[in-house]
Amino acid sequence: MGWLKWKGIPSLLFFLFLLGVWQIVITAAQVPLWLLPAPTQIVNALWETRQLIWMHTLTTLVETTVGFTLAVVLSLITAGAMILSPWIKRLLYPFLIISQTVPLIAIAPLLILWLGYGLLPKIMIVIIVCYFPVTISLIEGLELTDIDLLNLLRSMGASRWQMFYMVRWPHALPSFFAGLKIAATYSVMGAVIAEWLGSSSGLGVYLTRSSHSFLTDRVFAAIFTITALSFLYYALITILARLALPWIHSKNQDTIE
Amino acid sequence: MGLSLRGLSKAYVNPQKSPSMEVLHALDLEIETGSFVSIIGPSGCGKSTICNLLAGIELPDTGEIILDGEAIQGTLGNVGYMPQKDLLLPWRTLLENVLLGCEILHKDKRKAQVEAKEWLNQFGLAPFSEHYPHQLSGGMRQRGALLRTILFGKKTLLLDEPFGALDALTRREMQRWLLKIWNRTRHTVLLITHDIDEAILLSDRVVVLSQRPARIIHEFIIPFPHPRDPEELLLSSDALEFKRQLLKLLIP
Repeated sequence: MGWLKWKGIPSLLFFLFLLGVWQIVITAAQVPLWLLPAPTQIVNALWETRQLIWMHTLTTLVETTVGFTLAVVLSLITAGAMILSPWIKRLLYPFLIISQTVPLIAIAPLLILWLGYGLLPKIMIVIIVCYFPVTISLIEGLELTDIDLLNLLRSMGASRWQMFYMVRWPHALPSFFAGLKIAATYSVMGAVIAEWLGSSSGLGVYLTRSSHSFLTDRVFAAIFTITALSFLYYALITILARLALPWIHSKNQDTIE
Repeated sequence: MGLSLRGLSKAYVNPQKSPSMEVLHALDLEIETGSFVSIIGPSGCGKSTICNLLAGIELPDTGEIILDGEAIQGTLGNVGYMPQKDLLLPWRTLLENVLLGCEILHKDKRKAQVEAKEWLNQFGLAPFSEHYPHQLSGGMRQRGALLRTILFGKKTLLLDEPFGALDALTRREMQRWLLKIWNRTRHTVLLITHDIDEAILLSDRVVVLSQRPARIIHEFIIPFPHPRDPEELLLSSDALEFKRQLLKLLIP
């Protein structure tokens, strides 16, 4: 386990190095604050507006968490239905693709027009953004099960349900979690874009207001917060995946030969 | 009593070619309870079709499969079926894998676990019962697969080239080990194999199949008494004579 802690060290050092170069270049060239702030100025903006940022973050947090959870529930239902019935799959699959191809930037203003400036249109957008990667990865995981495994269980007289939860479902889990990771990072982006297009609270609002006021240090503070939030979601899913997939995690251990 | 195949025929319809491909033609085979019979034949002779029919995954076009007086063709879960690939579920530990059959049949869990642990001990797998399949060697996985088949609890075992994917040395080791296990359990075994030595070493009877459509071209009774000594047996002049005859039939 010890090496896990060390794995991140090189990239962390590299990141610090880049920050250092950034700081030196800005200070040396005397770049104005509104054009590009130095890292220390960004940290300063983060600290000064911490209460404001926290308030906006909470809004975004609620939108992404609710939207993400609903998207996952919806994915489980539709992917399950599509696996059990080829007819339902033929019916729904095109809509699944469309949900991803329709431009978000066009849908978002419409949703705001129909549903108002509250949380609801943002949650809808997060659902639209998250639904596709989760559902596709779930369907692929469920469908690509080894036919020999299924035949073995069938020869033992297993029922359809037993084959589902003993083989198909665990087989789909790694792919499902891969989809969740993508969706988790998308969800923050979706929420921020939705807030940007019309809202009274949220990181997207903080971002637009700062940008319109040429408070570039605050723009960077917002970028930092959005990145941190996405990363938090990603880390959370990774931890969940470890707990749910002990057989994959054990691949790091030695194999007996 | 025992397992008998009576007049089994099976053809696969290929839409591209008009005459359907006949894989089995009126195959008859009797396997007495408690005996070890091997089927050997050229590749593509329909051995896996025989397996699928016995396991109940496929239905014969004509003919019957009788197990202890009952027709079982097309019904599932009558024999313990072990395919060539170990097919251990990667997300289950070895112990959970060998208990798969008990779980499907809804047997008493605690009793099954006690029994499984005893067997794991006998198979030399006890220290690895909490390991996942990818952490085990090929030989261990195959032993796990056989244990899963035995713990399924059927008196008839259907072994489809169980050691075909192993390297030569491990395969040899596994054959000797299977011989020991079988001496203790005396299951009725139908072994499908490519390996002439394996067939002679393990079987009471060796059945040689022809090219497609498969029919029986010869049967050898292997008269060596059990328990057998592998090293001695395979080098005896009787065994070498069987080997010569088998080779002549398989590679004319």
